[in-house]
Amino acid sequence: MATTDIHIHQDVHHHDDHGHEHDEHHEGNFWTTYIFSLDHKIIAKQFLITGIFWALLGGTLSVIFRLQLGFPDMNLDWLKPVLGEWITPEGKLDPEFYLALVTMHGTIMVFFVLTAGLSGTFSNFLIPLQIGARDMASGFMNMLSYWFFFLSSVVMFVSLFLETGPAGGGWTIYPPLSALPQAIKGSGMGMTLWLVAMALFIVSSLLGSINYITTVINMRTRGMSFTRMPLTIWAFFFTAIIGILSFPVLFAAALLLIFDRSFGTSFYLSDIYIGGEALAHDGGSPILFQHLFWFLGHPEVYIVLLPALGLSSEIIATNSRKPIFGYKAMIGSMLFIAILSFIVWAHHMFVTGMNPFLGSIFMLLTLIIAVPSAVKIFNYVTTLWKGNIVFTPAMLFSIGLVSFFLTGGITGIFLGNSAIDIQLHDTYFVVAHFHLVMGSASFFGMLAGIYHWFPKMFGRMMNETLGQVHFWITFVGVYLVFFPMHYIGIAGFPRRYYSWTNFETFSGFADLNMLVSVAAILTLAAQFIFLFNFFYSIWRGRLAPLNPWNSNTLEWTTPRKPGHGNWVGEIPSVYRWPYDYSKPGAKEDFIPQHIPFSETPESNLPHENELIKLETSNGEGAIIIEGNKH
Amino acid sequence: MVPDIKIVEEAKRPLAMNPKKFGLWLFIATVIMLFGAWTSAYIVKRGDMGWSEIIVPDLFWVNTGIILASSVTMVWAVRAARKDNFESLKIALSITTILGIAFVIGQFMAYGQMVELKEHFTGGPVSHSFVYVLSGAHAVHLISGVFFLIFVLVAVFQSKVHSKNMNQIEMCATYWHFLDVLWLYLFVFLLLNK
Repeated sequence: MATTDIHIHQDVHHHDDHGHEHDEHHEGNFWTTYIFSLDHKIIAKQFLITGIFWALLGGTLSVIFRLQLGFPDMNLDWLKPVLGEWITPEGKLDPEFYLALVTMHGTIMVFFVLTAGLSGTFSNFLIPLQIGARDMASGFMNMLSYWFFFLSSVVMFVSLFLETGPAGGGWTIYPPLSALPQAIKGSGMGMTLWLVAMALFIVSSLLGSINYITTVINMRTRGMSFTRMPLTIWAFFFTAIIGILSFPVLFAAALLLIFDRSFGTSFYLSDIYIGGEALAHDGGSPILFQHLFWFLGHPEVYIVLLPALGLSSEIIATNSRKPIFGYKAMIGSMLFIAILSFIVWAHHMFVTGMNPFLGSIFMLLTLIIAVPSAVKIFNYVTTLWKGNIVFTPAMLFSIGLVSFFLTGGITGIFLGNSAIDIQLHDTYFVVAHFHLVMGSASFFGMLAGIYHWFPKMFGRMMNETLGQVHFWITFVGVYLVFFPMHYIGIAGFPRRYYSWTNFETFSGFADLNMLVSVAAILTLAAQFIFLFNFFYSIWRGRLAPLNPWNSNTLEWTTPRKPGHGNWVGEIPSVYRWPYDYSKPGAKEDFIPQHIPFSETPESNLPHENELIKLETSNGEGAIIIEGNKH
Repeated sequence: MVPDIKIVEEAKRPLAMNPKKFGLWLFIATVIMLFGAWTSAYIVKRGDMGWSEIIVPDLFWVNTGIILASSVTMVWAVRAARKDNFESLKIALSITTILGIAFVIGQFMAYGQMVELKEHFTGGPVSHSFVYVLSGAHAVHLISGVFFLIFVLVAVFQSKVHSKNMNQIEMCATYWHFLDVLWLYLFVFLLLNK
């Protein structure tokens, strides 16, 4: 069948659907195609592979310190070949290295995996494909963004091999601990490299965010109005805006810390005595750092979470075969969360001696976040309600995300209360809370995204059974790891402590900690099922059909392996929102975004029939689709 | 074969701007957040005990005049480019670049004045360090602006900038005026919050 598109008020042009190679498609050599690529899909895969590397490393670090916490008497000599001097002659983990492990685990997971690995992968991959653009607004900036990230990764990785170890002051690097090299080994060279790596990371993140926002606003295809954008795009869009507004503040904070450390200023330091002698630093305030840090730090939570929520919205609607419930409420709640994220930072600082009245204002604002979050969970559940649910691995991980978002979110209501926080702050309750609500939820969103868009990324399918095995072990494992931590936390055990066997109060929790550690090891082991599935499927997986999940969004209208420029020939126009699943009267249970209403008279609603009449008598503003009947 | 003709509504083209100009505005937003953070920190710190008053060197006044003048010549340059008046364009943009370089040099000379007045980056009160951080970070951005100016200036001498090709010079002007306003903000901020 031959089809001809004629655009009346544009340059008239014809093309065949078959065998039409787009002229933007260039064949490059290995270096320009896979390494210094300007193509958003390759850059997304570079972010993904780097992110997976970091996730594996970050996970391994956590298992090492879980060994210490769960089995304090264990002889760790067998780790000597890897950790060398960090294992003391008695076969124990060096206490300062324990702090470095915790710090690096946090830094790696928050920034390198769940910010760069998640946003970098899916914003880059999906924004042009789902809004109908050939590439990002600036391919060059996009490439720079990856290579700044890569450089930052190299610096951070190198810091792991320093004799004094990587940064050890916690991922929040509070001064004075992080500002004084004499304080712990981890505040020496490791801290310097941490700051350098983070500065590079911020540059990378800003380059990426500027690109995402510019692309979403300016590069949408015909008909892709804001109210027809998939929720994934909305989520990436809000994430990028949060990034642009918050990362410069971290840069500001880090730069002042660099000046304090290396140039002798005293922005954050005052009245410090070491060995009975006063340091020259005077007049600074460590609380100032916390204000600046958490002004980034709290929005960062949503930088990590929103893309995962966007991905799962799309996956849950597709696999429930139902329109997303409350599309506009979803956008509204994300916007509300994005705004609120900037005015709640001081709930991380309730016990810094802040004015209790100020504390109650921040408490109020913090608790309000529960409203948009609850709207989102409600909408997920109502989307699932009475749907024809297809339990693909992506769907399972998305439902898992909703579960974690709920269980982790509820403990947030306790922690956000400035009075209860006096007991709970800096305990394992906090650890349990944020690992569920932001760590695991975002991680599940990332995995869901990989399972769902793998066919578009690599043109092959991942194995479903392995995916389901991976899901169940991980899901149960995560709850086994983090649920017991609530109890340990309520009992008052502080986080970041090397050992608890020295305290009579806490030795009763030894068996619970053992359980947590065993679960953590199992959960990490389950990720190797995923890794095998992932890499095996890249080369050996079943060939993917064009639209494996019967999804509506534009990326599934591209060839199996889209080349540079994404669409062969014309970019499709968009005529409807992306959630026309199971529309009453429709022939199939999905109607992709590029199908005009005039082609679906059987399922149109009255106001949609009105839209067909947009064509005017002289044909201006209309396309004529001419099909030949054989 | 009977041709089956269907008429379909043309999908509307969504709103779109020049992506590069838009990106520049986003970059400006990041710089605003950066200085917003520092000036907020300054205010918070000033509310603390033991704030010692800062010294604003006289040269800052002169430099403020220089950068204001450079904005005026920048406006002149853009107008000349729009009218394809290449002689004025070259002169105006050259003057802007020179004024920009003069501003950077002036700032470093102002640091000399500050040191003479015993206002040091390190070793002194935090308030003094802040003056260096604010003006120094602005100077770094201004130097990037001077590079942008030189880049456009080269394009002007290669006759690549004209009324049909205004993007580059318009973006340069946006950035330059922003740096001017940013300095005015910092200067007035320091004067009001000594």
